[in-house]
Amino acid sequence: MSSSSSSFQMGQLVADKHVRYVLMSEKKKESFESVVMDHLRMNGAYWGLTTLDLLDKLGSVSVDEVISWLMTCQHESGGFAGNTGHDPHVLYTLSAVQILALFDKLDILDVGKVSSYVAGLQNEDGSFSGDIWGEVDTRFSYIAICCLSILKCLDKINVEKAVDYIVSCKNLDGGFGCTPGAESHAGQIFCCVGALAITGSLHHVDKDLLGWWLCERQVKSGGLNGRPEKLPDVCYSWWVLSSLIMIDRVHWIDKAKLVKFILDCQDLENGGISDRPDDAVDIFHTYFGVAGLSLLEYPGVKAIDPAYALPVDVINRILLTKGTQMVF
Amino acid sequence: MHGRPRKAYKPEEEAASAAKAAKLRSLQFQFMSNHHNKIYTKEAVDLSTKLLEINPEAYTAWNYRKLAVEDKLSRIESDPDLVKTILDEELTVVESALRQNFKSYGAWHHRKWVLGKGHSSVGNELRLLDKFQKLDTRNFHAWNYRRFVVELTNRSEQDELQYTDAMIGSDFSNYSAWHNRSVLLSSLLARKADGFLPNKKIPDEYKLVQNAIFTDEDDQSGWFYHLWLLDQTVNVETPLLTSSWPSHGSRINLSAGCLNDSFSESGSFPLILYFDQAVGGVSSSTVTIDTELKGNEDLVWEPVSKKNSQVSCVWVARLKYISSEPCFGKEYKVKVKIGNSPGIVSSRGCNFSASYEFVFTAHVHDTVEESSQEGIVSWTDGFDIWDAESKDLNALTTLDRSNAQMDSKWRQEAIAEEIDLFRELPDSKIGKLTLARLLMAKAMISDDAVKGVHYNEILELYKDLMALDSSHYQYYKDVHSVALLRKVTSSTEDLSGHLFRCRNMNNSVCLRLNNLSLSRIASVEKLLFVQMLDLSHNELHSTEGLGNATSLLPKSESQQNPEFFSSGLTQTSETAESVGCFTQPHR
Repeated sequence: MSSSSSSFQMGQLVADKHVRYVLMSEKKKESFESVVMDHLRMNGAYWGLTTLDLLDKLGSVSVDEVISWLMTCQHESGGFAGNTGHDPHVLYTLSAVQILALFDKLDILDVGKVSSYVAGLQNEDGSFSGDIWGEVDTRFSYIAICCLSILKCLDKINVEKAVDYIVSCKNLDGGFGCTPGAESHAGQIFCCVGALAITGSLHHVDKDLLGWWLCERQVKSGGLNGRPEKLPDVCYSWWVLSSLIMIDRVHWIDKAKLVKFILDCQDLENGGISDRPDDAVDIFHTYFGVAGLSLLEYPGVKAIDPAYALPVDVINRILLTKGTQMVF
Repeated sequence: MHGRPRKAYKPEEEAASAAKAAKLRSLQFQFMSNHHNKIYTKEAVDLSTKLLEINPEAYTAWNYRKLAVEDKLSRIESDPDLVKTILDEELTVVESALRQNFKSYGAWHHRKWVLGKGHSSVGNELRLLDKFQKLDTRNFHAWNYRRFVVELTNRSEQDELQYTDAMIGSDFSNYSAWHNRSVLLSSLLARKADGFLPNKKIPDEYKLVQNAIFTDEDDQSGWFYHLWLLDQTVNVETPLLTSSWPSHGSRINLSAGCLNDSFSESGSFPLILYFDQAVGGVSSSTVTIDTELKGNEDLVWEPVSKKNSQVSCVWVARLKYISSEPCFGKEYKVKVKIGNSPGIVSSRGCNFSASYEFVFTAHVHDTVEESSQEGIVSWTDGFDIWDAESKDLNALTTLDRSNAQMDSKWRQEAIAEEIDLFRELPDSKIGKLTLARLLMAKAMISDDAVKGVHYNEILELYKDLMALDSSHYQYYKDVHSVALLRKVTSSTEDLSGHLFRCRNMNNSVCLRLNNLSLSRIASVEKLLFVQMLDLSHNELHSTEGLGNATSLLPKSESQQNPEFFSSGLTQTSETAESVGCFTQPHR
């Protein structure tokens, strides 16, 4: 933690503007940029709604409207699509479950059906496919584990093999890639470390080695990049930061400088946060910027769980309800 | 979503965007209708092509195309020419989609799916890859696809290694190429392929990566590769024994009589083996105990590990003792031999081949225990200087020295050369950091005489780095603490300066590591003989590193857990006060 509090005076989180931006984006659907993202509206909804909840404004949306749309995205298979009419995929299934968790409406799900869809995508080697077409990626391992954990059905998969597969994607620099042998990337690292955290398997991580790789993502401007020699981007404030927190090495970066970088990426007039200062804003980066500030304990932002990427009070609520296996 | 400048749209721009959006909407609508009605006519499929050209991220369209392909393939009589035409068409669509967005997961996966249908031309795929990898040498989709093609076509690792040679040769600032190289090389080294022996290859690689580090001191591309090379240089594959409790030449006191409520005359104490890496196969056949203490013929060894794992760095067995003469003390020698029979194997498959032997004495007596475990320990007085001739410390260094003998010449030469080279890099962060790591490596494989000098320089370098790269201050502070603790535990001389006997606590062995600005605990495996540990007035961030030790510490015969007092462990760097003291209630 920085010893001086003056860093928080350097910039300011224009929370109200971001709330307005999120609510407006939800409605505005007719620009080319929106239509081109149509297929991932479920992700967009998760980003927007979680941002609202972190800023304590989840009450600004109509729960029923969101949920009735959300349920139109569910398939016979139990999986959810990115938007009405599209095919199911784990990416959107997790977002759907996370959204329901935010609204404390997980009970409307046929948990058996959804969990069977996800569990059915585990392969022989422990890896997970994204859908029936077989793309394998450690992102899907994280998604499956996170989703089934929230639904308390982790025992439906072979957790040991799932962990083994993730460990097989560990690289010599301590990081993780999408598949065995793939280059370390902060996004994949978040997924693998998160999955290992949820399954109680963090002892497989060389925390010092990975910690150094991760803390060196902080560049001179204070922002974080996703891998060596790349530009900093606000979304890595989440992926790198949450990974560092999960392995207890977040003190290895300069938190005050990162806060300043995120605040500099805000559009102070219209709300929203961009990847880099003065770039165009979008929901994706708005969420990751606010989530990053949450991890940095910025005042006025609710606490977020680094592994589940949901507000801590939401996770606590789930932990306290009955169920079999949330944590392995 | 990335890299677009922030600007307000002019009305004409908004109108144009809305028009484009409307067109795309209509395409999507028609596509969805075809998809849900399973229409795979040429017209319908062409529509999906148009859609994917505008928006390669419309994943449902890629799914649709797969269904269309499967539908077409089911209608033709596996005429190879027809199959080729169908699949070629897909490859064309993918290529044009990739030109629109060469990071599209959907496009790359579709290509893999098509190739999985058995239609592949290595030449074509490698040519395509070449194009994309030249456009963006860091495109991990392309690199992943490359690995996929390599596996599909059985291209040799040596050929691929040459490819990374070419990439690095044209631009050293290519982390992706260095990464790929590390994967290939470690595989070739592991299977001892022709011409890939570490003693020749690793020094060659050091020369290769020097360019990447020295040309631009801020460019990280070579840093992690160099660290991996250092790891390959320093780490011996074969497992070694780091420490034991009781240690060689030590004397432990055990009391019988008033142990359990039932007043029986026997008890047990733990025998702990600490290896430098996780091993399996520690058992009464691979570890032999030679002692007069009865009942210890078939010891059960257990790994200290999470979750029923059969491998661990730490193994424990309990030795029984019986007090048959209630009033007189009796001394029993215990000789432990490890490595005489094969069977201990590391989790990486390397056999434990060294042979160790250590002897300690167990003194069984009948004293009633003084109950002085409760109460506050006074830290200002009541400490006697440790007797430097104590055998406990000698045991420590004996193990170190026999471990050091396992090193071969090439390791020492490689490290020495790298040290000379890095001394030439003036005042740069990576120069100092790498030099500190190299010196640490050298200290690990050197003998006592030189160790002290190295550690002092290492500590200075980390102090420099705390000032030079203040964003990572806490990282350097942590590694400084680790180095300091390694120094303290590396030689009898260093350690004895911190050892005391605490009069109030049965003359327990106390290690005082107070006021050292420690932010991290390490080298605990060397401190199993310590009964009290003073970590007060430091800046400990957490108790990580201590965990193993407290669970290992010999529990009292009445199975009381060692008491661990910790108050005020805080995370602020300002009020850094942490008091940690644990006692081993063993006699």
